[in-house]
Amino acid sequence: MGHRTPLFDTHLAASARMVDFGGWDMPVNYGSQIEEHHAVRRDAGMFDVSHMLIVDVRGARARDYLRRLLANDVAKLAEPGKALYSCMLNERGGVMDDLITYFLREDWFRVVVNAGVREKDVAWLQRHSAQFQVDIQPRPELAMIAVQGPNARAKAAGSIGPRSAAALQLKPFYGAELDGWFISRTGYTGEDGWEIALPAAEAPKLWSSLRDAGVVQCGLGARDTLRLEAGMNLYGADMDENVSPLESALAWTVAFDPRERDFIGRAALEAQRRAGVKRKLVGLVLQERGVLRGHQKVIVAGVGEGEITSGTFSPTLERSIGFARVPADAGEYVEVDIRGKLLRAKPVKPPFVRNGKALVAL
Amino acid sequence: MSSIPSNLKFLESHEWARLESDGLVTVGVSDHAQSALGDLVFVETPEPGRRLSQGEAAAVVESVKAASDVYSPVSGEVVAANDALGAAPELVNSDPYGEGWLFKVKPDNPAELDGLLDAVAYGKALESEGH
Repeated sequence: MGHRTPLFDTHLAASARMVDFGGWDMPVNYGSQIEEHHAVRRDAGMFDVSHMLIVDVRGARARDYLRRLLANDVAKLAEPGKALYSCMLNERGGVMDDLITYFLREDWFRVVVNAGVREKDVAWLQRHSAQFQVDIQPRPELAMIAVQGPNARAKAAGSIGPRSAAALQLKPFYGAELDGWFISRTGYTGEDGWEIALPAAEAPKLWSSLRDAGVVQCGLGARDTLRLEAGMNLYGADMDENVSPLESALAWTVAFDPRERDFIGRAALEAQRRAGVKRKLVGLVLQERGVLRGHQKVIVAGVGEGEITSGTFSPTLERSIGFARVPADAGEYVEVDIRGKLLRAKPVKPPFVRNGKALVAL
Repeated sequence: MSSIPSNLKFLESHEWARLESDGLVTVGVSDHAQSALGDLVFVETPEPGRRLSQGEAAAVVESVKAASDVYSPVSGEVVAANDALGAAPELVNSDPYGEGWLFKVKPDNPAELDGLLDAVAYGKALESEGH
């Protein structure tokens, strides 16, 4: 039996098919993951993301602390509520996690970390906290529901009480504490929407109210096809402690300027840059019938080999897409070994889909 | 609870077989199988004219989750494949015993069907697997 979110019984009652995800019993779908995917692209869907962990960082030097711990620079967060996507690295420049950080007050930042590595992340955050006299406060008593889609905020507004006026004012990538709930205009699907963090006991009622408002229940299956179409990395698949952000299409999240900011892993990344980064993460569109899957071998003629890190069938594009880590010199076409056959795939720059339409030449 | 029509025969690997009045055997995958696989995105069916042995891998059903071989319940010659599945693989999910049929075989020996699981035995096999 894995960990259970406050919505576990709700999912069972809705006949969700449950799976283990990083030690958590989570819904993979409630019927058809393809229908759930389309609901998010076209209308509104919701996900139980309570398995992720919110961690508050408190103290006068919270900003300095996070400028040391994170590869991206929280100095960019000037307005209260603003969020930043960043990797957290180890000293070798390997990715420990990718996460979102909110600036709430000078002495209060909020971090949201992935479920599978939450204990590791908290231990790491605590290990470095004394140096900056910050207090690390995990908030496991908070549940979280992500409502996503072009109609998500409009449909959800009626379920969040008087908070809706302020919530509807939120700009993309901003969050706010509203009467005991934390609502942010963020997500992992490429669509507009909110992520709503609230006390666990209130989550089933919110879920039920959102259902009544016509928001479709969506599981982890749809979550994966949506994030991959949107070009978003998945920790544990597309990157882990053995690769750097520079090999994971995440160089854009590393703030090397200002040069005086020494963050953990900086020296290792600079050495990697000087030597020349040998591998890159690319998007792939499979050119033939089949499905790209993690760990399939990628062959780059005349150059070398690589590996699929994430793969799926894109419901919007109606063909298979994925990410692959390949030699830096990989060019226009690659081949993928799928069950013994070599199928052609085209490297593309993600995202694959925006505003519900294909962005890449198929 | 998955659906198990009483007039069909089954393999433990979740294929079903139906002896038709014209002597052909229609083959598909069970309701349990389609539910476990999830939404199908591709189906590969055998070419008409191909000869199959009982238990030979004859078709492939592929979902986002996994690709799965489909084994022929009988020996014989493939006489038809369900062309509708090229554009609509989801028929296997929505109607696994009807519109979602995979292929038809002219059996060398219809008595081979007697050795397969009947609906009750297949149901028991599912239960013992924990389904």
